[in-house]
Amino acid sequence: MTATLRRLLVLADAPRARVGLTVVLGALTVLFGAGLMGTAGYLISRAAERPAILSLTVAIVAVRFFGIGRPVARYLERITSHDLALRVLGRVRVRVFRRIEPLAPAQLEGYRSGDLLSRMVADVDSLQNLHLCGVSPPLVAALAGVVSVGVAAAFLPAAALVLGCGLLVGAVAVPAVAGWLGSRAARRQAAVRGHLSAELVELLDAAPELVVHGAGEAALARLGGVDRSLVRLARRDAAAGGVADGLCLFITGVTVAGVLATAVHASASGHLGRVLIAMLALLALASFEAIQPLSAAARELGATLAAGRRLLELVDRAPAVVDPQQPLPAPRAPFAVALEEVRARYSPRERPALNGFSLHLEPGRRVALVGPSGAGKTTVVNLLLRFLDPEAGRVTLAGRDLRDYRQEDVRRAIAVAGQESHLFSASIRENVRLARPAASDAEVEDALRHARIWDWVDTLPDGWDTRVGETGRELSGGQAQRVVLARALLADAPVLVLDEPTAHLDPATATELVSDIFAAGVGHSILLITHRPEGLDLVDEIVTL
Amino acid sequence: MRTLDQRLLRRTRATRPLLVLDTALGIATVVPVIAQATLLAHIVTRAFDGASLPALRLDLGLLLLAFAARGALAWSMEVAGRRAASSVLSELRLELAARRLTHHPAAEDGVEAGEIAAAAVQGVDALEAYFARYLPQVVLACVVPIAVVGWVASIDPLSALIMLLTLPLVPVFMWLIGRYTEQRTRERWDALRSLSTHFLDVVRGLPTLRAFNRAVAQADSIADVSERYRKATMGTLRVSFLSGSVLELAATLGVALVAVTIGVRLVDGGLGLAAGLTVLVLAPELYLPFRRLGAEYHASADGLAVAERMFGLLGAPPAVRAVGAVAPYNPAEFPVRFESVCFSYPTRPGRVVDGLDMELAPGETVALVGESGCGKSTVAALLLRLIEPTGGRITVGGVDLAVCSTDAWRRLVAWVPQHPSLLRGTVTENIRLGVPGASIDRVREAARLAGADGFIEALPEGYDTIIGDGGRRLSPGERRRVGLARAFLRDAALVILDEPTADLDPESVERVADAVERLRDGRTMLLIAHRPELVGRADRVVLLESGAAVPLRMREAA
Repeated sequence: MTATLRRLLVLADAPRARVGLTVVLGALTVLFGAGLMGTAGYLISRAAERPAILSLTVAIVAVRFFGIGRPVARYLERITSHDLALRVLGRVRVRVFRRIEPLAPAQLEGYRSGDLLSRMVADVDSLQNLHLCGVSPPLVAALAGVVSVGVAAAFLPAAALVLGCGLLVGAVAVPAVAGWLGSRAARRQAAVRGHLSAELVELLDAAPELVVHGAGEAALARLGGVDRSLVRLARRDAAAGGVADGLCLFITGVTVAGVLATAVHASASGHLGRVLIAMLALLALASFEAIQPLSAAARELGATLAAGRRLLELVDRAPAVVDPQQPLPAPRAPFAVALEEVRARYSPRERPALNGFSLHLEPGRRVALVGPSGAGKTTVVNLLLRFLDPEAGRVTLAGRDLRDYRQEDVRRAIAVAGQESHLFSASIRENVRLARPAASDAEVEDALRHARIWDWVDTLPDGWDTRVGETGRELSGGQAQRVVLARALLADAPVLVLDEPTAHLDPATATELVSDIFAAGVGHSILLITHRPEGLDLVDEIVTL
Repeated sequence: MRTLDQRLLRRTRATRPLLVLDTALGIATVVPVIAQATLLAHIVTRAFDGASLPALRLDLGLLLLAFAARGALAWSMEVAGRRAASSVLSELRLELAARRLTHHPAAEDGVEAGEIAAAAVQGVDALEAYFARYLPQVVLACVVPIAVVGWVASIDPLSALIMLLTLPLVPVFMWLIGRYTEQRTRERWDALRSLSTHFLDVVRGLPTLRAFNRAVAQADSIADVSERYRKATMGTLRVSFLSGSVLELAATLGVALVAVTIGVRLVDGGLGLAAGLTVLVLAPELYLPFRRLGAEYHASADGLAVAERMFGLLGAPPAVRAVGAVAPYNPAEFPVRFESVCFSYPTRPGRVVDGLDMELAPGETVALVGESGCGKSTVAALLLRLIEPTGGRITVGGVDLAVCSTDAWRRLVAWVPQHPSLLRGTVTENIRLGVPGASIDRVREAARLAGADGFIEALPEGYDTIIGDGGRRLSPGERRRVGLARAFLRDAALVILDEPTADLDPESVERVADAVERLRDGRTMLLIAHRPELVGRADRVVLLESGAAVPLRMREAA
């Protein structure tokens, strides 16, 4: 648990000065509250002895000071701590992204899309609680507790001892009990939530087919099953969560009674002025505010750590593909590409996706790669982009092994438009420009023209600022393919890989498209991966998988 | 806020018993609160007058008991609230899922699945805060202050007056600032939601980002977006935390004021020590529920924003409004006609289908061809009643589909979409989707007819292999064939095939084309295709032309 916490704190890397400021302000809030009640208790007791009113001036000023100081400290503490949390959130988000970026796509295969949502969004989001729950409350409790006990000790060491013990039990034992009761349920709950989220996304995505097949009820029943298990866990967690607050109140009672008893005894035996009894009791009562948030914080921290652990598990995966220690300079023309006797697989348990495969793409040549679905055409793309390294054999670019270059240089030389290409929920222009952010509007337009989509884009009310929706679903299959193609063309890479560019097009459009690609791609090497006849008459060579 | 509160409390079954229980527990809490203050003051006063410890043992024991009772009551309220919260959320979640299936199966309103999951699963934390923490404080804020002021008035009317004077400040400020916070909280929730969607989109597109060397730059954009969000949020919080501070100020100043006036009157001899101390200990109790209410206000506003989003989705008008109960004619015997059918998406300008006239005669195979994006798939969705024509009508045997039972109609139809969904489960379960009770032999036969038996048997566990998200990945062509097998298994009178052979290798295309030939027998078929192998075998070809802007013309060929 502490190891996870420590690693997450490193991941969050919060500025120390801000953390310190938050803690000091938090402790001041508690101490001003205790000060207010303590001095008020003293004031009233002393007043009961009916002294001259002037002798009460110091106590009256103190009461007023604490009364005004506390809300100010509280306000500042809340602002700084929430600001800290949001800063941490931003940092974690970026760091997690940087760590998982080299894993995509080969090593992220196994993640269910709904689960990924749960992980990336909820797990990362929950780390904003790291300082709010994991760091600040214990430090505030320690600081405020020590000062309170110190003040009590100055008047009556025995009462300070009782108060110290009470605070310690409340601060350590109560959250420990609550945490023990709740942590297992919370951990399970996080997993079930991910599961439920995945089920829900699946149900919503498959909704048209479910209703047409009359399978909606069954799917809802399945969702209901996961939902019920989540509700069951949540209810168990509920009882555990409530226990902490109740126990805390009980320990407060025991401590206040104990402090009162020692004070009464000391007063009766003449070791303590009677005016101080109320002060000590009220100080003790108010100082418990320091430990009150601890169990809720511990509970939250448990959930945060569970999310953090899953995040760390993801972040800890070593990228299968890494840059070499001493990379070659970026490849230079001529950009010959070759696969030589390559064997590749995604996980040791699976069959090789490719075995003993060779392919040569000389500069300026056009090669078609054909083969039935599932023969490993997409694997060829993954190898060329170095998303995957071959198990045997090698992939070369400009005569050298791909593994000797920096990945960035490889990908600059090879542009892919494929069925796996993602369209972002942004405008058409932004999606195309992604390939080369420095490209001018004219170049983007040119790419769209070459992909034979410009005429359609031009008729849209918002033109190329039209948003394409989540995963480009506002576009038809053919339109999406063409936007993806325009993006690859804009990249202006010497090697162009087209992964089933005509999959969703009618024969006439497909023929036109392929000939346009070849026209636009003059001087580029082109690898056309397809299972359709269009364009096969235009290539220099056909390789069968 | 109020109306939504009521909707949340009324719409859900679990809340009524909770409210009753919370009120009872809240009233019960008054007893230990007053007992605690009275006993504490009593003990201090007796000791002040020289009583020894043994004489006060009973009083100390009672004080302890008061604390314990208060703890038990607080515990009960929290547990009840948490339990109710999870039930309420589950209720809303399942209702929402069911509603999406019946009302918006094709997500024609543009609401994204990830967004719904975020609200319906993760949004629950926010709602829990509302039920378990906010609601009990509302009850306590109604009960405890009245009891405290009443009790203090009976001991020391002047202190009660001071309390009453500081008290009105509290609700007024809370109301004023709360209204402001509510608006800002909704904006913040929207920001968080678009952040989540943005982050998910980026993660989904990671392979593409890497392919174009843009992944590193994207990290900076995430940082920018987060930083913008932080600034916007802090703007909200600076103001909304003021409400908490006003409360805090009223509370501490109230206590200070009461303490000082009591002190002065004690000096004058106008008040006893026991009375003074009781009032002093009770004074913070007066403000405590309000302070905690203020502390929980923010969380509750978050919870209500989630609830509002869910209620908004639940209340959206359905995509298919007219749902009749008439049993539809069987398309195996009666013609299906599109009569000047139009359709436009609510979220997009322009008509996707514009004045379509088309007939599917019984037993006929009609190929629907046209350029990509001309609305062929929309025609399929209309025929399946996933969406409803915005103009014109579709009839079977002359009867408008809108007056027919949608369920009964869909039972007469089989459909293979362009990208069949795979549900997490075995291959067999996936093929059985429309016919859950089908025997394994029928499943195998359907797979064979769809040309899927070859690749299924080559899978590590054959028909028992887990596919779908997280399971074994199938190529687009393999997915298509699982979808086809579903259609073969379902013995429907009307079959809609959306590009059944796209992505298949030539050999499979031939096999599927043969299978389609077998499936035609005795059935009406709408075949959306552009492959000559299939189109050539159709009885008739209907050409759908142009996109949304140009009116559709229909030509009959072949």
